[in-house]
Amino acid sequence: MSLLVVRGAVEQGLIYALVALGLYLSYRTLDIADLTTDGTFTLGAAVSAVFVVQGHPLLGVVLAFCSGALAGFVTALLQTKLGIQPILAGIITMTALYSVNLAVMGKPNVNFLRENTVYTFAEQLLGDALGALAASALVTGVLCALLVLFLRTQLGLSLRATGDNRAMVAASSINPAFTTTVGLCLANAVIALSGGLLAQYQKFADHTMGNGMVVIGLASLIIGEVLFGRRARRTLVRGVAAAAVGAVVYRMIVAAAIALHVDAKSMKLVSAVIVAAAIAAPALRDRLLFCQKRREAKRNAG
Amino acid sequence: MPDNLLELRRISKTFGAGTVDEKKAVEDLSLALAPGDFVTIIGGNGAGKSTLFNAVAGTFFVDAGQILLDGRDVTFQPEHRRAAVIGRLFQDPLRGTAPHMTIEENLALAYLRSAKTRAPFGTVRKSDREFFRAQLAELGLGLEDRLKSPVGLLSGGQRQALTLLMATLVTPKLLLLDEHTAALDPATAEKVLALTKRMVTERHITCMMITHNIQSALSLGNRTVMMDAGRIVLELAGTRRAGMSVEDLLKAFRERVGRTLDNDRMLLAE
Repeated sequence: MSLLVVRGAVEQGLIYALVALGLYLSYRTLDIADLTTDGTFTLGAAVSAVFVVQGHPLLGVVLAFCSGALAGFVTALLQTKLGIQPILAGIITMTALYSVNLAVMGKPNVNFLRENTVYTFAEQLLGDALGALAASALVTGVLCALLVLFLRTQLGLSLRATGDNRAMVAASSINPAFTTTVGLCLANAVIALSGGLLAQYQKFADHTMGNGMVVIGLASLIIGEVLFGRRARRTLVRGVAAAAVGAVVYRMIVAAAIALHVDAKSMKLVSAVIVAAAIAAPALRDRLLFCQKRREAKRNAG
Repeated sequence: MPDNLLELRRISKTFGAGTVDEKKAVEDLSLALAPGDFVTIIGGNGAGKSTLFNAVAGTFFVDAGQILLDGRDVTFQPEHRRAAVIGRLFQDPLRGTAPHMTIEENLALAYLRSAKTRAPFGTVRKSDREFFRAQLAELGLGLEDRLKSPVGLLSGGQRQALTLLMATLVTPKLLLLDEHTAALDPATAEKVLALTKRMVTERHITCMMITHNIQSALSLGNRTVMMDAGRIVLELAGTRRAGMSVEDLLKAFRERVGRTLDNDRMLLAE
């Protein structure tokens, strides 16, 4: 792998890290598998692309963030006010977003190879070699810090308690509908920001960009947690850092796979296997221990 | 100041109305608590004790009747709103705390929510931490040195003591104790009960406590209420209550309800 490929992987990893941060909020903190993610990522990309074409790349990024919050709000509304199960609420919004995204772009994909983007600004400012890397690192770094700070505030603590012990929150004068809504809005805003930045980074947006994004994001999250060990699940700073680092490592793995001529199309299969295996690991380990014990007991008896 | 801190006016709650499983959990029940009252509640399984608590806390809304808390009508106020002034402990010690959050974070949650002056983005200050440490030290469980430990690592008794502290950290108007020591081992139960007694008396908290231990129902607090089939069948206070033994109480129940008050969970003596 050339240095250029590694740099590209890190740049992309830092952008995708925002998806992992969003899922840290919805999946890890609120304990909701939010399938809105796939649609939100594309939504962010679509909004961002449309504004780049109009000549307002920075506004595009900001509005991508806002549009994500709106999508999260819809999912939250379906869950908290209309009594739709969390998974289904996410699927409903995601499905609706498919049409919304096409409507936003007006066509299945938008190219803007020669337009100015936030990345061309960054490159003008810091040089071609470091511009994109520095810009991505800055955005991800700042958001990681903000997320940690937020989760330590009263609202952040309420959000974490909502995911940790739902029975407790209502009896602690926290409105779980409110905390769930705040969490889903923020999570989807950050995910849409990721899509918006990626579109500007690669200079095109496509209506299928977000397909499977929730699984890729979860894979990143889990890879990070494995790298950071058990404590990643306990301390905030480590948990958030693990999510970001996991996303970068995931992109490295993808880059390595491509360098080894593994078909890029099979990466989603690999991601799916990583996620299934990682989430199944505790159950598999218990099963293995049980089988071992039973075998030993039999041997001792016989 | 209103005369009554809590006033239940003819409240009723029926579950599964119109089905074969219809159950009138609480029926036409009225009860008034003066500020500082400590009422113990006894009754067999299905007598409606927990339903009564759920109605007061706002877990569901009553079908009929009115609930006044400190002079304000809270009949249709949702649970999380009422919880700002009602502290509640359950039998299950795991129910009142967030296991993956630290002791400090759990306390902060209880503390910051009630401090109305604090913004939603308020965080734990150094002075708060000192306050938490001092409060934890009073529990006498050595938790003051473990502020950064996740609550999930604590024992059931420690968690229940912490929940009690969280419920009273900002003095509630009303404290609901739903058999909060029933799942603890006898020694720990005793300790948590002693803590409860101390906190309630020191801070003059108005309190309702469901218990299956008739001895403590008579010895704790200043009033005892006996429930059966969703109604109050016997109310005791003052000298009449003071002169009552466990046997007297059981006899009184038999006379009023026409059967004996006993089930596998009822502790008839010490």
